[in-house]
Amino acid sequence: MKILGLVSGALIGSIFALVAYAVEPDEMLDDPALEERARVISQDLRCVVCQNETIDESNATLAQDMRRLVRQRILAGDSNEDVLAYMVDRYGDFVLLRPRVTAQTLLLWLGPFILLVFGVVNAARYIKRPKAIDTPGLSPEEMAEVDVLIQKTEGPDQQ
Amino acid sequence: MDNVKPTRTGGRWTAIIPIVVVALLVGAFAKRLIDVESGQDPALVQSVLLDTPVPDIDLPPLPNREPGLKTPDLKKEVSLVNVWGSWCIACLSEHPLLMDLAEQNHIPIHGIAWRDDPSASVRWLARNGDPYKLIGQDPVSEAAIAFGVTGAPETFVIDGGGIIRYKHIGPITPDVWANTIAPLVEQLRQ
Repeated sequence: MKILGLVSGALIGSIFALVAYAVEPDEMLDDPALEERARVISQDLRCVVCQNETIDESNATLAQDMRRLVRQRILAGDSNEDVLAYMVDRYGDFVLLRPRVTAQTLLLWLGPFILLVFGVVNAARYIKRPKAIDTPGLSPEEMAEVDVLIQKTEGPDQQ
Repeated sequence: MDNVKPTRTGGRWTAIIPIVVVALLVGAFAKRLIDVESGQDPALVQSVLLDTPVPDIDLPPLPNREPGLKTPDLKKEVSLVNVWGSWCIACLSEHPLLMDLAEQNHIPIHGIAWRDDPSASVRWLARNGDPYKLIGQDPVSEAAIAFGVTGAPETFVIDGGGIIRYKHIGPITPDVWANTIAPLVEQLRQ
């Protein structure tokens, strides 16, 4: 059990190790609060070279330059929304990893809830539906016949 | 078995829902595959900067190749802006076409030497030929981000008023030139 614990611990640890960040020390801002804002913003921005990584995680040189630009904008006094808007103005909504709610993305946002409602309605109908086979009970003669049959099959080895 | 009533069969039309859903998915996937196959990769997003003025840039020149490249240079005539680097393999594959255009004096081509060591840029141009009218250095992607560049090479078609009219991602092939960029340039010149 101890070995199992160690192995599973190592496996879990290696999963977290994959979430490494690419920010290099010389990129960081001196003010920890501003640096924290830069990290939050960077985690919402797509690396446009690698496409499925945030610029916070990516080692691509363009991502590095985008991180630097995010920090420049923060130092210039931009709010988080201003910085994101600055990137969207140049790269479009594509650069945002958290799509904004627009007519185009409405289905993306509401889809899961529509499917959930659909599922609940169907489950409710399934549970409430009448039993598939509805037979009248056995007549007293039939019950007697069944009793006889049960007596017959119950051999001496039972009970 | 006379006593057994038939199973309730109401609502059976719903059985076709999964089939319809699967058919729609297959259709959507097929469309995407065909799009990518025919060169319309949706991952290559068209620029949001189309039909907007070129961004403000003021890039320093390469050594001994004054001047650099700045926004007013792009507001004089229909021109191309080509983002390249000596590190960029695909840039080499479109280079002969750019050289041809330059030799024919067809259209001014300006270069943005993106994230490149200036001396490496210079050596690359000496070895492969220099088709550019003006070249600006962009060591920290200042211009690249301003232009919404996602990789090299990328080529922008700028009209005489300095408005971005087209962006081509990847090397310009003879086909792209003949069927897309050249007609657009003709149209913009009228």
